[in-house]
Amino acid sequence: MAHFTKATSVKDWLNQRLAIEKVEKVMASEYWIPKNINFLWAMGMILVVTFVLLLVSGIFLLMYYVPTVDEAFDSVNYTIMREVDFGWLWRHVHGVAASVVFLIIYIHMFTGIYYGSYKKGREMIWISGMLLFVAFSAEAFSGYMLPWGQMSYWAGMVITNLFSGGSLHANFLVEWIRGDYVPAQAFLGRFFMLHVLLIPVAIMGLIGLHFAALRIPHVNNQDGGEIDFDVESKKYLDGDKAGSKVMRFANDFMSKDMMVVGIFLIFFFYLVFYNYGFAMDAVNFDPADGLKTPTHIYPEWYFLWSYEILRPFNIDLGLVLFGFAQVIFVFLPFIDRSPNSIPANRRGTAFKVWFWLMLSNMIVLTAMGKLPPEGMFSAIGLVSAILFIVQWLALPIITSMEKKV
Amino acid sequence: MKNKEPIILIVVVFFALLTYYLVEPYAHSVMHKHVESEGFSYADLPTIEKKGDATRGQELVMGAGACVGCHSIEVAGMPAAMEPQMAAASYGVNPPDLSNAGAIFDAKFLVDIIKNPAHALMVEHKFDAEKGQMHPMVPFYGAGGDIDQEIADMVAYLQSIAVKPEEVTPTMAFENACGRCHAVSYENWTQIGIKPSFKDKKDSLAFDIKLLEYQDSIKAYMGKLPPDLSMYIRSRGEHYINTFMENPQSQLEGTAMPRVGVTAESAEKVIEYLEDAGDTKRHEREEIGMNVMIYIVIFAIFAFLWKKQVWRDLH
Repeated sequence: MAHFTKATSVKDWLNQRLAIEKVEKVMASEYWIPKNINFLWAMGMILVVTFVLLLVSGIFLLMYYVPTVDEAFDSVNYTIMREVDFGWLWRHVHGVAASVVFLIIYIHMFTGIYYGSYKKGREMIWISGMLLFVAFSAEAFSGYMLPWGQMSYWAGMVITNLFSGGSLHANFLVEWIRGDYVPAQAFLGRFFMLHVLLIPVAIMGLIGLHFAALRIPHVNNQDGGEIDFDVESKKYLDGDKAGSKVMRFANDFMSKDMMVVGIFLIFFFYLVFYNYGFAMDAVNFDPADGLKTPTHIYPEWYFLWSYEILRPFNIDLGLVLFGFAQVIFVFLPFIDRSPNSIPANRRGTAFKVWFWLMLSNMIVLTAMGKLPPEGMFSAIGLVSAILFIVQWLALPIITSMEKKV
Repeated sequence: MKNKEPIILIVVVFFALLTYYLVEPYAHSVMHKHVESEGFSYADLPTIEKKGDATRGQELVMGAGACVGCHSIEVAGMPAAMEPQMAAASYGVNPPDLSNAGAIFDAKFLVDIIKNPAHALMVEHKFDAEKGQMHPMVPFYGAGGDIDQEIADMVAYLQSIAVKPEEVTPTMAFENACGRCHAVSYENWTQIGIKPSFKDKKDSLAFDIKLLEYQDSIKAYMGKLPPDLSMYIRSRGEHYINTFMENPQSQLEGTAMPRVGVTAESAEKVIEYLEDAGDTKRHEREEIGMNVMIYIVIFAIFAFLWKKQVWRDLH
C-alpha cells in the first residue's frame, strides 16, 4: 500500500489520493497545442458543447416523452410543447442542436481532409472520428423516429427496407429489425432504447477514444510542419512564451476555444429562437399514418448526399454504391498514398482539385437528394453520384503520383 | 505570417449558406406549388349592387326564405331544432348557427351561397344539380319580388344581428368557419363542441357516442374524416392555411372541402386560433429569445476579452 501522510490541506488530501495536480497538468496546463492553428481547430470544442446541449436537453425531454405509438406524438407536441414549462425550449434546442452538430462535424471532417490530419500517426484520430460520425448518424436517425410523425414513420419504413438487400429479398431481416411487418410498437420501443441508452453510451466511449487518439501524435497544425513538442514546451516553461511554437491547452488555447464557442452560440441560439424550421420538418407535425404516404419523403439534410448515391441507380447497384459511400471515408488514411502531410493547397494541383471537387460535389448531391428525382435533377444526381465514386477510385492513383514537397 | 482566418471564415460561411439555400428555400420552392393569396377578395363572386334592408330581411329569413327550417339563430331566440349528430345524419354536416354569420363571412359569399350554395362553396364537382346531385342546402329561389334585392335584405339582416366585425374572437371565427368538420384535440374542441367534464362516466360515454355518430355522418358526406387541426400551424404553416381557406381547390384540386368564405379579418382570427393550439408558446419564445441573445452576446464579448488577455503573452 502507498504511503499516506497527514494531509496539510484539502488539495494535499486529494493529491495523495487522486493526484489531481498531475491530472491537471496532463489534461490541461501541460497538454501542448501548436500555436499555428486557426479557428477551425476549435470545432472539437464546439462539438463537445453541442453534445452537452443535446445530452442536457435530451434528459429533460426524456422525463415527459412516452415511447408508445398511441402517445408518442402527443407527448411531444402537447405535453412537452404546451404543458411542461420550457418544454418547447428544450425541444427546439434538441432539434436544432441535432442538425447543427452535423454541420460542425462536416466542417471538422473537411478541415481534417484539407490539412491532412489523418496522416503520419494520426490515422486513429481519423478512424475514431469516422466511427463517431457513424454513431451520430445512428443517433440522429433513431431520434428522428421518436416524435412518431409522418416523416418518422416513413423514414423508418424506407431506411429499414434497405436491409432487404434489393434482389436478395431478405424480408426476414427487415422484419427482424422492425420486430413487425411495418414500423409499429416494437420498432418504436427499440429505437427509443437505442436513442437514449445504447448509442449515447457508444458515443461517449468513442469520444474518449477520439481524445486518447490525439494524445500521442498531438494536434496537427495549419502548416503541416513537424514540431518537437519536448523542446518547444521546455522553451515555454522556461519563460519564452512568445518564442515557443506551442502553448498550453488551458488557458491558452481554451480561451480561443471559448471565443469561437461564444460566436457559435450566437449563431446557434439565433436558429433555436428565430429560424428552427430547417431542423424540424413540417411534415413531421402530422401524426404517423401508415395509410397515407407523404408526397415527398426525404431524410434530414445531413443524410441527403448518401441518399442521392442510392437513388439514381437500380436497387442492387444503388445499395452497393450506397454501402461504398458509407464506409469509404473511414479508409481515407490508407487510400491517400501521398508522402505529404501538408495542407491541400500545397500538395499539387491534382489533390487540390480533388478536395474542392469532393466538397462541391457533396453539396450538389445534398441538393439533389432533397429535390424530387425528376428531369434535370435526376440527370445531375446521376452524374454527381458517379463522380463521387470515380473520385474515390481515383484517389489512390493521384496521390501515389504526388511528389514529395 | 498572414492571418488567414477571415478568408477561411468566408469560405466556411459561403459553403454552409449555399447548402442551406439549396436544401431549404430552393428545394421547397420546387416541391410545393406556390399559391398567391388574393387577400380574401373573392373576385370570382359577383359584386353586390343592391342595398339591403334588415327589417325586410328578417321577415325573409324567418319566413319565405325558410332559413330557420335548418339553421338555428340563437341570438334571435331560435335554438337548434336537433342535436348536432341528428342534424348531421339529415344534412351530412350540422348546418351552422347564423347568429354571427354576418360578421364572420364575406357579404359577397353570403349572397352567393343563398342563391347557389355549390357555387359559393366551390363544390360543384361534387354537387351537380343536373346529374341529380343536390347540395344539402337548398338554394333560395326568390319570394316573388326582385331576388337580388331579397337576398341583399337577408344578408343585411344577418349583419345586423351579428357582433361587430372587430368583436369576432379567434374561437368564434374558428368554430363557425372550421369547427363543424375539424376537431382540434389540443384545444379540447370536437366537431360537436368542447367536451364538458362529466362527473358520471356514463354521461361521458354518451357524449362520445354522439360524437362518433356525428363523425360517421361527416365521413360519409366528405369521403373521410377531416383532419384534426391541432398542429396544422406547424405542419402546413400560415401561408398554406390562408390560401387553402380562401380557395381549397387552389392547393388541392378536387378536394371535398368547401370554400368557407371568411372575411380577411376572420381568417386572421382562425390563424390566431390555430397558433394558440399548435404554437402556444410563441410569445414566450420571442421574449426569452431576446434575453438569451443578449446574454450570449455578452458571453461572447467576455470570451473575446479573455482570449485577448491570455494571448498577449503568446506573441
